[in-house]
Amino acid sequence: MSVTAPSRPPSPAVRGRARPPGRQALLGWLYATPTAVFVVLLFAVPLLLVVKMSVSRWPLLTGDQGINAPDNFVKAINHRFFTDSVVFTVKYTVLATVLLLALGLGLALLVQESSRWNNLLRASFLIPSALGLASASLLFYVLYSPYASPLAPVMDHLGVTFLGSPNAALFSTTFLIVWRYAGFYMVLMLVGLQGIPADVYEAARSDGASRWQTFRKITLPLLRPTLALTTVLCVTGSLLAFEQFYILTKGGPDNSTITVVQLIYMVAFQGQNDLGVAAAISVIVLLALILINALQLRAFRSEES
Amino acid sequence: MATLTLGVGACGSDDPSGPSAAEAGPNGIDDGSELTLWTRAPLEKQAKLLVDAYNSSHQNKVKLTVVPNDDYVAKVGAAAGSGGLPDLFAADIVYVPNWVNQGLFQDLSANINGLSFKDSINKGHLSAGKLDGKEHVLPFVLDLSMLFWNKQLFRDAGLDPEKAPATLEEYAAAAKAVQATKKDGVYGTAAGLNCGGCLVFTWFPSIWAGGGQVLGAEGTESKLADDTAQKVYRTWQDLWKSGAVLPSSAGETGPTWTAGFTEGKVGLMFYPATLLSSTPFDVGVAGIPGPNGGASTFVGGDGIGVSKDSKKGAQAWNFLSWMMSEEAQVEVLAKNKDVVSRADLANNKYAVEDPRLVTINEVAGKGDTPVALNFQQAFNAPNSPWLTLVRNQVLNGGGDLQKDNAEITAVLKQ
Repeated sequence: MSVTAPSRPPSPAVRGRARPPGRQALLGWLYATPTAVFVVLLFAVPLLLVVKMSVSRWPLLTGDQGINAPDNFVKAINHRFFTDSVVFTVKYTVLATVLLLALGLGLALLVQESSRWNNLLRASFLIPSALGLASASLLFYVLYSPYASPLAPVMDHLGVTFLGSPNAALFSTTFLIVWRYAGFYMVLMLVGLQGIPADVYEAARSDGASRWQTFRKITLPLLRPTLALTTVLCVTGSLLAFEQFYILTKGGPDNSTITVVQLIYMVAFQGQNDLGVAAAISVIVLLALILINALQLRAFRSEES
Repeated sequence: MATLTLGVGACGSDDPSGPSAAEAGPNGIDDGSELTLWTRAPLEKQAKLLVDAYNSSHQNKVKLTVVPNDDYVAKVGAAAGSGGLPDLFAADIVYVPNWVNQGLFQDLSANINGLSFKDSINKGHLSAGKLDGKEHVLPFVLDLSMLFWNKQLFRDAGLDPEKAPATLEEYAAAAKAVQATKKDGVYGTAAGLNCGGCLVFTWFPSIWAGGGQVLGAEGTESKLADDTAQKVYRTWQDLWKSGAVLPSSAGETGPTWTAGFTEGKVGLMFYPATLLSSTPFDVGVAGIPGPNGGASTFVGGDGIGVSKDSKKGAQAWNFLSWMMSEEAQVEVLAKNKDVVSRADLANNKYAVEDPRLVTINEVAGKGDTPVALNFQQAFNAPNSPWLTLVRNQVLNGGGDLQKDNAEITAVLKQ
């Protein structure tokens, strides 16, 4: 196979003569403008607004009433559900991340080889990902309902309800999330697995490595970038969990399943109606997320080097 | 991320153009303006009937927007912050004191004082919208909590289908009797035990009927640990333990709290009177009894007023004054088996045809509407201390009643 070398690029001197540096810089700014406008409008401005809200007295119904820092942060941390919601969110995140990553990797290993059956399996694992999270939650709301569910007779017979006790509610919601996202993480893991060269495995096999040894010493280390990506995605997603709990449990039973984002929503719209305190919690969550993600990325990088 | 964009338009100028509601004369102006009106989903049926009747007889056209119940406060809040409220909007009557206090409604006292029948307008709704002696809202739709019973299930259980349980004890006995028929999927009673709003609506009347109070005069003190309230909790705890309560009631957050009864699977329950017209089978209706008899009701539903952002106050008043007229109250609301909001129209021709409507209208006079600024946070919110109190008393069989009650007071005082 012959490779054609790319033709020599025109020398900078020639280009420089045609376009004076000032104009080139202008052109550069012009190229960057559309993205910059979107970033400023949709990211920077809202972010600054939230920061401003978090240091202002800002009731939902009357709007900005002036700076009151740091009252909102004090109120946020002293909120009667703040600690509970942080603990619950962390608990849920650990549970969801462990289950999703293990199951995603397991499924990916299961359907790694392309065959007709495996293609069918892959598709069926992935189908739930095509459903929006809110729609999936509504689907499970009916499925879990002791009143409308097709499983109602079973629940009645066994005397259990899916959302009736704090633990049942946590596990039922986690099941929904695993059902909804396992296929998605399987695809990410598959991509990672297929990035591992086949000859490495071949070498391992000829050296007489067992399946377990191959998995421990070759698959896992070479999958590290994928694992980093999926962990960051899963941890961040779980820490920001909202829809599933909002629809399925509304924080109940007995306030046992309130996540941090739900707390923000409740403070803003369900009773307290205080956007200032809600923004303060948002800022706290944002800082925590930045810190957690930085730590995760560092952990994965330092092991790599 | 909706919170992020709320403040953007918050500093819009307000320069009301056109005559205000007060300058418009007793009937307002009917000049072909388009008016916007928001309401929440549970009252969609009544709102549609009223709006359709108004639009077909007036030049002004009202455009109705129905918002899901759970999203209503957020939507109104966002619009209030950005000066984008509709001309007219309805509010759950328990939120009205707070919203009036925040200045979301225009002062309508001059117009309301001009109504010849002002004294017969429902007092609970009028006083909920009163600030410094000035009325800001009129009753849009009254929703009363009533004791409904399924006559067929009563007959099957050997109970008299024409006689309402007179006390809370008799209510519990009837529920157990229906339960004892052991019919598949049939339960004695039901309640929204994870729905603060439902519990306020259905259990406060038992306390009132027993001569008790739920709030102190200022609306800043909870009296929900008093003797009468304790009797109510004990009756329900006993009912729950006996298995006569629809099991899904324990987790019921509101969306389907009436579904069991509407499908004919529940013997008797405290139920919203607005659903009378859509209950397909033969039901009996009575006031909600207290532990030792009596009858009361929660005068709920929505109040409606002209928003602070409306520039068509005179046209909006035209709708409101029509809404209070005999034509709208009788020919629209009463015809649909709904409660009229004027006592002088209680014995209208439709009510006379259906004795249940007479009962509802009579009990309406004995009912009450609690007024408190922080009502939503203390009672209706999914994480409200009231919900914690009830669940501890009825389901979890424990908890410190005085401490739970003090938590409600603490929220009311904020």
